[in-house]
Amino acid sequence: MSFPWAKEYKPSHPFMQWMDDRLPLPRLVYNSVGGGYPVPRNLNYFWNFGFLAALCLVLQIVTGIVMAMHYAANTQVAFDTVEQTVRDVNWGWMMRYAHANGASAFFVVIYVHIFRGFFYGSYKAPREMVWLLGVVIFLLMMATAFMGYVLPWGQMSFWGAKVITGLFGAIPFVGEPLQQWLLGGFAPDNAALNRFFSLHYLLPFVIVGVVILHIWALHIPGSSNPTGVEVKSESDTVPFYPYYVAKDGWAIGVFAILFCTALFFFPNALGHPDNYIPANPMSTPAHIVPEWYFWPFYAILRAFTQDFFFIPAKLMGVLAMFGAILVWFFLPWLDRSPVRSGSYRPLYKKFFFFGLIPAMAVLFYCGGAPAEEPYVMLSQIAALYYFAHFLIVIPIVSAIEKPDPLPFSITESVLGEDEAAKLAPAPSATVA
Amino acid sequence: MAEADGVRRRDFINIAAVSAAGVAGVGIVVPLVSQMSASADVLAASSTEIDISSIQPGQAIKAIFRKQPVFVRNLTPHEIAEANKVDVSSLRDPQTLEERTKEGKENWLITMGVCTHLGCVPLGAGEGEPKGEFGGYFCPCHGSSYDTAARIRKGPAPKNLEVPEYAFTTDTVVKIG
Amino acid sequence: MARILSILVGLFFTVALAWSFGKGAYQQITEPPAATAEHEFHLHPKEVSFASDGAFGKFDRQQLQRGFQVYKEVCAACHALRHVAFRDLAALGYNDAEVKAIAKGFQVPVYNNATGEVETREGVATDYFPPVLYGGQGTPPDLSLITKARHDGPAYVYSLLTGYQDQPAALLKKFPDSKTPDSLHYNPYFANLNLAMPPPLTGEGQVTYGDGTKATVDQMSKDVSAFLIWTAEPKLEKRKQTGWPVLGFLLFATILGYMSYRNIWAGKKH
Repeated sequence: MSFPWAKEYKPSHPFMQWMDDRLPLPRLVYNSVGGGYPVPRNLNYFWNFGFLAALCLVLQIVTGIVMAMHYAANTQVAFDTVEQTVRDVNWGWMMRYAHANGASAFFVVIYVHIFRGFFYGSYKAPREMVWLLGVVIFLLMMATAFMGYVLPWGQMSFWGAKVITGLFGAIPFVGEPLQQWLLGGFAPDNAALNRFFSLHYLLPFVIVGVVILHIWALHIPGSSNPTGVEVKSESDTVPFYPYYVAKDGWAIGVFAILFCTALFFFPNALGHPDNYIPANPMSTPAHIVPEWYFWPFYAILRAFTQDFFFIPAKLMGVLAMFGAILVWFFLPWLDRSPVRSGSYRPLYKKFFFFGLIPAMAVLFYCGGAPAEEPYVMLSQIAALYYFAHFLIVIPIVSAIEKPDPLPFSITESVLGEDEAAKLAPAPSATVA
Repeated sequence: MAEADGVRRRDFINIAAVSAAGVAGVGIVVPLVSQMSASADVLAASSTEIDISSIQPGQAIKAIFRKQPVFVRNLTPHEIAEANKVDVSSLRDPQTLEERTKEGKENWLITMGVCTHLGCVPLGAGEGEPKGEFGGYFCPCHGSSYDTAARIRKGPAPKNLEVPEYAFTTDTVVKIG
Repeated sequence: MARILSILVGLFFTVALAWSFGKGAYQQITEPPAATAEHEFHLHPKEVSFASDGAFGKFDRQQLQRGFQVYKEVCAACHALRHVAFRDLAALGYNDAEVKAIAKGFQVPVYNNATGEVETREGVATDYFPPVLYGGQGTPPDLSLITKARHDGPAYVYSLLTGYQDQPAALLKKFPDSKTPDSLHYNPYFANLNLAMPPPLTGEGQVTYGDGTKATVDQMSKDVSAFLIWTAEPKLEKRKQTGWPVLGFLLFATILGYMSYRNIWAGKKH
């Protein structure tokens, strides 16, 4: 589906015509990211992060393929092959740092993208499927990033693998055999390293597949926008090309500047020093933490310190950690407010800015801190709010809140009522 | 007029921006291509020193140079004479034994152990291996025969066995590469 | 219905958390965790600067050579450097002959296929620093990556080397059980305060520098830390030198991109 005023692809060259009759790939591109895709004209810079996420995925795949050319998935040599890549391979140091920091950049971008969705209600009908696929991508990203972190076979790699697969051990009855099955042994070793490498290479391409579905599903209703008001007429939109190509283009420049600053001047700032120590199954690092992008969920895992009735604390932690992401799947049905954008939801806005954002910040901070007081108690309060926000606050707020008046249309919100009236035909004419 | 100029200036900015993106793209490709060429540790290992003191006349050894076999052969006076007897102009790849050895060390024939046809390792350097009908090396893959100066005499190979760059660092040590 | 279900699930998690919080807080009050000597007496690394610091940092080759000398004459007795090859030392400003001579000074293990014994031969430029056999107490870590494998690594190495001291009386007074065992050495920069390594740099002139620099303990510690920055990241200079033109170009391209964006959106209110 597209809007009736979407421009149609017209092959400009006989070859393109020939191609269009046989494999209309140029047409597909034109309708996806070209002149044939009308996009709301009022998108703010938060809408650049989808494009940036796609860019990060490409960056990770390209640098990852390079790393795989020099890597050997064997516990005897894995650490050394990575070091050798950095020291001896031409530009190897740059590839390694780009891949490691690329993972962080990808998560920065994706967190902004997700929270954009939270605030502007991007998950609401008719875009539930876009949202669901997005959560799937996020889960796949987490799995991929986790397995990638194991590959250099440093101390954090090894103990990360041990602890994370240990989570599955918390599941009653099947936990222990499941953990053994995941690792192919009693502890992380060659079998685990090899399968993690295999899956770490495979999953990004699965992500590419789901991203294609994500974009496909997005193109059915078209992009959302900061007002949350649906597109009504042609004056509400501009064609993706050249308008948003230009906007995404310069945003990529800004992203590249920030990324290269990290890459060339602070390449190890986000890494953990312990991962420069080769894995030693006989000695656990004093303070083990996952990569920063897992910190909120790690904090939730550690927040459950007491058995709850008959449920052991460990199982509670694991349930909550997975639950913290799985709850996102239900978000379109938890939030029943007819208004999408947080800008027009006075109560929701307050909970978002003074509840969810600080809670996430605290969880981020505490997840990276040692498991001591006051961090544990802080993360308990923050995790408590996190679950309350999604499961209690959102359903209740969406029922009782009185939203602010919405603009009649995107055009009106941009140009003001008078000018918009001149441009847009009467609303009855566009309802078709 | 002023407006036309303005339009042109605008187009210029867009073209410049797209060109800059293109330059960035090429800039990214350079390290991506370069990373596949031989790394520093491989290049560092690209010379080999061989102790030749234990090779008796008539014997040969196989050494490794750049992960490939290299044949070091101590020629007997008979083999030298045999090689010098050949009419150079009749050869497929005309070269004298003198051109293929170092001055004053004509008995030391040092060649790559890589057949110039398709890269197999010819026989003849190891103990008891057939030396082929010209007394040098014989490649079992497609039947190329080399003489005592390791020149191609028969079979499909186009060139003589390659003589690598080498130098005698002492009377008994050769540095290849 | 869905709303009630979701609130119930929400209550399940929030009550479980409140329970954990309450019980944790109660324990915190009734039995507060005991203070430890490590917690109170461990020090963060000292402030120290190196030529390679900062966005324009470059190695001081003279210092690296001095640091290598300290490593070779002092540290190498116990600590290996397995990711570094002798050929890499050319980057410190040694010529080919010097590199070969350094390599020759190390014995490299080789497995003899004929006898099944491990023998040694003189090192060559392509060899890596050989493993160090150590039979004493503790496990001396490999030093090639040490400055990246510790928080604030270069300063940590420097602080550790210069940080040996007698155990403070205040510590013993507060934690009488924490007396440093006889075989260990007190050092507040080490994570658990007591270190198996005896002070390696003990007095001025322990090494004799060829360039006439006075070999104080402080100087030697700084030099060897600088050397270990290099071993951990020999490409540090190249990285920073590549960074500047890349950032310069990106800035230029981004400004162009911004102008082009303004240009295309001109007259389009949004």
